[in-house]
Amino acid sequence: MSEAQSEQVLRVDAYPTHEVGGYRVRAGKPFPFGANVVPGGVSFSVFSDQATSMTLVIFKRGEPEPMAELEFPEEFRTGSVFAMTVFGLDHENIEYGYRADGPYDPVSGHRFDARQVLSDPYARLIAGRDVWGDEPDRTRGYQYRSRVCLQDFDWGDDTPLGIPAEDLVVYETHVRGFTRHPNSQVTAPGTFAGLREKIPYLKELGVNCIELLPVFEFDESDNPRTNPETGERLFDYWGYNTVSFFAPKAGYAATGRYGMQGDEFRTLIKELHAAGIEVILDVVFNHTAEGNEQGPTISFKGLDNATYYMLTPEGYYFNFSGTGNTVNCNHPVVRNYVLDCLRHWVADYHIDGFRFDLAAILGRALDGTPLPNPPLLELLAYDPVLRHTKLIAEAWDAGGLYEVGNFPAYGRWAEWNGKYRDTVRSFLKGDPGVTGELATRIAGSPDLYSSRGTAASVNFLTAHDGFTLADLVSYNDKHNEANGEGNNDGANDNASWNCGAEGPTDDPEINALRTRQMKNALAILFTSQGIPMLLAGDEVARTQGGNNNTYCQDNELSWFDWDQVDDNAELLRFTREMIAFRKHHRELRSTAHPTGRIRENLGLPDISWHGERAWQPDWSAESRLLAVARCGTGDDDVVYVAMNSHWESHDLELPALPGGRSWHLFADTGAGAPHDIRTPGTEQELDNAGKYLIGPRSVVILVGRTNDPEELDTP
Amino acid sequence: MSLNVKERRNKTGTVLVATGEINSETSGSLLQTLLPLVREGKPLKIDLTAVTYVSSAGLRTLLVVYREAQHAGVAVTLYGVSEEVRFVMSATGFLDFFQTGEAAAAEAKAKARAAR
Repeated sequence: MSEAQSEQVLRVDAYPTHEVGGYRVRAGKPFPFGANVVPGGVSFSVFSDQATSMTLVIFKRGEPEPMAELEFPEEFRTGSVFAMTVFGLDHENIEYGYRADGPYDPVSGHRFDARQVLSDPYARLIAGRDVWGDEPDRTRGYQYRSRVCLQDFDWGDDTPLGIPAEDLVVYETHVRGFTRHPNSQVTAPGTFAGLREKIPYLKELGVNCIELLPVFEFDESDNPRTNPETGERLFDYWGYNTVSFFAPKAGYAATGRYGMQGDEFRTLIKELHAAGIEVILDVVFNHTAEGNEQGPTISFKGLDNATYYMLTPEGYYFNFSGTGNTVNCNHPVVRNYVLDCLRHWVADYHIDGFRFDLAAILGRALDGTPLPNPPLLELLAYDPVLRHTKLIAEAWDAGGLYEVGNFPAYGRWAEWNGKYRDTVRSFLKGDPGVTGELATRIAGSPDLYSSRGTAASVNFLTAHDGFTLADLVSYNDKHNEANGEGNNDGANDNASWNCGAEGPTDDPEINALRTRQMKNALAILFTSQGIPMLLAGDEVARTQGGNNNTYCQDNELSWFDWDQVDDNAELLRFTREMIAFRKHHRELRSTAHPTGRIRENLGLPDISWHGERAWQPDWSAESRLLAVARCGTGDDDVVYVAMNSHWESHDLELPALPGGRSWHLFADTGAGAPHDIRTPGTEQELDNAGKYLIGPRSVVILVGRTNDPEELDTP
Repeated sequence: MSLNVKERRNKTGTVLVATGEINSETSGSLLQTLLPLVREGKPLKIDLTAVTYVSSAGLRTLLVVYREAQHAGVAVTLYGVSEEVRFVMSATGFLDFFQTGEAAAAEAKAKARAAR
């Protein structure tokens, strides 16, 4: 007898004690919540504080009408938890939900309606939207069906990778959009399995972390709009409208039609880990797909509206998310729900970290006021299971709370640094009066994160929300007409510049300038202290045609066009070498903010600022030129980055280097390919050691090193 | 749909030919058939040519058999995996755990070449 067999012992609780509706049952265990396979049956456990009765509704898979409705006997209730084990169920071939009965009294916050079948908030799988874009049968009474799932994936020796935060290079992408384009040449376009086939591309690019737009089950068909220009239907493409927080989106899996999305997603994560790439999920706890008073009842609204949502004294929904409702994150029950959810993704899916959408809401009290010491944020920061996961806040919300630099961090939380984005964009355009703030931003924003270190700052120039990098240098204004909202959606303040023509042009000078501007942006991003984040496709100049809010565009506006890998090989190479350069230079990834102190090994400060003249930066309002030199500890090289957003070239006087070292050219965005960048370690020594001519709107990167380490003569 | 299972023994071991679907309803009896064969200690080939669908529970059952065989030091090979089943097994990662007929044949060929 094998070990597995010898452990199959009989259990007392494997026997039923009651019969309900013709099914043999017994009292279940209140914890864990959800549906869990136990010896002989399935244990169902659900919380509702105000429900007067609860009924488990079971469907044969795919059938419109229930095969059983089992009311929980009163003695199966512990506190406010209803728990029941049902024996003899074929867990693979059932779907389930709940009917909760109780008061319908919106002013008091209660919206019970026993006619509705509700999804289990803890459902590990959801059926009903199994294949992306398939038109759902809306006549069915129960759209989003909870399913039972075994949690027995064979992870081998895989664990979350634990890459130090400061060493991350984050790549923000969308599961479907990354491989949905017909030219992606993957077996299953638009799926977890498709993304898995592109791991070699990610590895070659050099990123070591992908951040996925929402993968929790959502309903892409809940967008009623059509494209006014083409008549095509629009989708909820990004997926920031969660239907079920524990279930991976079936429509993102090639095997979703078979209910195997969990295994498919886990396999992707396992293989990404094997390639040295972490996985961060973009999670949306600030609101749900249930919307406001007019929105659908899916789960929380019918189970315990007053607990899960922030409500006005009149019983309406507070709307700090801009989408209708706001989750009551700091209610003790909801706090635990969020915690359980994240633990589930870490323990059962080996997720390495989370980016919290509109995270400022997580710091609001039950009445919406900001809390000085938000218990949810503290709970997540110290939780044993989440202890080594990355926690990244989008530190603002639609209710006007802007906490960049002030987000309650508990030594754990990092932030999307919106100020970094705005400053660098403004500098790239050539705006006056930016040089001083640029220095602060590229040094890891010490004004914002002095006590938290540079890794608290996630630096980015573009993200899913806004212009792509190519569009940032091609459009002055957004062009969102295809979204069907009269171009009124999306941000108006983009700090973008079209380089002389709005949109595509045949003008070779403008196109050359755009390419240079993209390289300038990438050069600054990857030489800044803090965690760099790249938007997928920016490395190959992905365009959205000037649309800065493609939340609804499931088409070529959003998809990664793989032809661009060849078409824009020059920019791809530049990005790849910049990422490699960052990995090569520890001083760019230092967690400590630089202070200007002298490094004894080199006799140079850890950071120094320069202008046209060495050691003489120009901080005046009209200055558009700044150079920074960094040197680390040990025998590290010196890295000098000169950034010129002026439309004229400048003669740079280079700072002198300690004995044995000389300046070597790594990158000059003003030079044509292939001379724009080199492979780290093969930099070319400058002929004229003390001077360098930086071209208009260009970035130059030099390395101060010796050709032969034996020649080193450190002071 | 039900599952029909036939055993065929030859000099090198046992071939089990399955016909139908391997799902939560049929996988229990399949497991009861396979485990004793694994315990015999002879190489086992599972012919899936006539299997049209393997569900999540079915894949788990096959993996349990495979793990038992590894534990006992017995070679188990899957044969005749249809394109659809192979696709599902590949997308969900299960294929990586098994030795399939094609892979086993390639390995044998490589070994033979190396021995020459």
